[in-house]
Amino acid sequence: MKATVAALEEKARELRVSIVKTLHKSQSGHTGGSLSAIDMITALYFHKMRHNPADPGWKGRDRFVLCKGHAAPALYAALADAGYFPREDLMMLRRLGSHLQGHPDSKSTPGVEVCTGSLGQGLSMAVGMAMGLKLDKLENRVYALLGDGELQEGQVWEAAMSGAHYRADNLCAFVDVNGLQIDGEVAKVMNVEPIADKFRAFGWNTMEIDGHDMAAILDALDRAETVKGRPTMIVARTVKGKGVPFFENKASYHGVPPSDEELPRALECLGEKS
Amino acid sequence: MSTMVATRDAYGETLAEMGGENEDIVVLDADLSGSTKTGVFAKKFPERFFNMGIAEANMMGTAAGLAAVGKLPFVSTFAIFAAGRAWEQVRQSVAYPRANVKIVATHGGVTVGEDGGSHQSVEDLAIMRAIPNMTVIVPADGVETRSAIRAVAAYKGPVYVRLGRNKVPTIFDNNYRFEIGKGCEMAAGSDMTFVTTGLMTAQALIAADLLKKEGVSARVVHIGTIKPLDGEILLKAARETGAIVTAEEHSVIGGLGGAVAEFLSEHCPTRLKRVGVNDRFGTSGKAEELLKYFGLTPEDLADAAREVLARK
Repeated sequence: MKATVAALEEKARELRVSIVKTLHKSQSGHTGGSLSAIDMITALYFHKMRHNPADPGWKGRDRFVLCKGHAAPALYAALADAGYFPREDLMMLRRLGSHLQGHPDSKSTPGVEVCTGSLGQGLSMAVGMAMGLKLDKLENRVYALLGDGELQEGQVWEAAMSGAHYRADNLCAFVDVNGLQIDGEVAKVMNVEPIADKFRAFGWNTMEIDGHDMAAILDALDRAETVKGRPTMIVARTVKGKGVPFFENKASYHGVPPSDEELPRALECLGEKS
Repeated sequence: MSTMVATRDAYGETLAEMGGENEDIVVLDADLSGSTKTGVFAKKFPERFFNMGIAEANMMGTAAGLAAVGKLPFVSTFAIFAAGRAWEQVRQSVAYPRANVKIVATHGGVTVGEDGGSHQSVEDLAIMRAIPNMTVIVPADGVETRSAIRAVAAYKGPVYVRLGRNKVPTIFDNNYRFEIGKGCEMAAGSDMTFVTTGLMTAQALIAADLLKKEGVSARVVHIGTIKPLDGEILLKAARETGAIVTAEEHSVIGGLGGAVAEFLSEHCPTRLKRVGVNDRFGTSGKAEELLKYFGLTPEDLADAAREVLARK
């Protein structure tokens, strides 16, 4: 287990490097929320989920929905590293003609299951997938990752209601609680706490973890699998911009890519030469 | 007198028939299954029917998720909620990924009646038509509804079908086969053409009879698919009759009239009059009274025909 955790931590570091380089190249995209989510995405794509990059449509696969679609660079870094498409494609992020759209697009990118980017809609799709898989009595699981600001969207709570109502125990979602949104602190813009209490009241199994503690992420994912009759929400406390101290906890880095001057410093922070 | 069938009843029965033929069909409703008639399916296939409660936004997303794992979802509620309340979910979760979701909205237009303007959708065709990847269908009667529902099930991609609340005259014979994107000439005529959709096609057939008594030969072209529009049948009508009256139970802005005006002004400018709801909200009343109130009777159509003919 310790070896697994160490390997995943190293994988997450590499993916952070990939995210920073990708965003620097595109000079457009969301840095802070990609770095806060990447440890969870790493745990899913490189440990927990059953999937086959050589056959993205493989029926036996688990599904992942990046509800906070603006963290697309994190998802793309994981998909490229897993082998869904060449790593060089990352350098075309957000360019005209690229299959890597600004927000995830299932029509364009191998491995992307649905279209997200308009906040609040992803969890509904994840619930629908979970219901469909249960209807077919399949073992496949559905994973989702929401932002904390996203919880301000009312549709999230409609989805929360229906996930519990239809006993979607094959669904496990994270909330990436980095505490910041474009206009500032989530608590000041529109408070969403207490998040775990709310999902519990909606009938979900809930856990609260440090979203950068790989061992805790793996443990939470394992425990979610044992829960019957209700979906799981893992409330993951994170740091926006995690891994690059001068990006950390700054709302100003929500939608801002690293500059030429910042790139070498950021890579150095991540233990990488530029 | 022809038989009278509500398109929503034809939908409910067809859906329940198809449920036995295709196990992938799942049906979602937002607490209106008695009204939309998805309840007929629900009774027969309870395990494949999902009542999503009064939460249309989530219902559209859930349908997209079901489609993403290979299901064939039919989603129903009133037109005002399917197209209006959940527009951005339809755009983002359904149309953008080209999800195989069939949105079948009932209670379109002003003939919803007593419920009034809050429930009478006169904008749905315009706002659904504006979404890329979306196909928009408005059957005229029960026969066409049955055929159209089977056609949209066979088609891969998002579709919006608009149905009505009340019984409407059956104008198609049972051999009629609906084809997506194909209009249908219902009555021959050479002086002018009614281009109509939904229940207005039956009204236009009556109007054509009224005009015949005055020696006016009116063609009636039914447009069952608002998008993609049958340009061929429109060009033929424009060239051969030189005057067009469109009619729909919808705003004159952006629906059938809008689509026909866009098409003809680019390809064959023709004298045109749009009959519909004139940029107004609906109001309470009986369906028949409302058709009069909003100027959607055969007499109104005949007047519109005389007006375009006078411009010839």
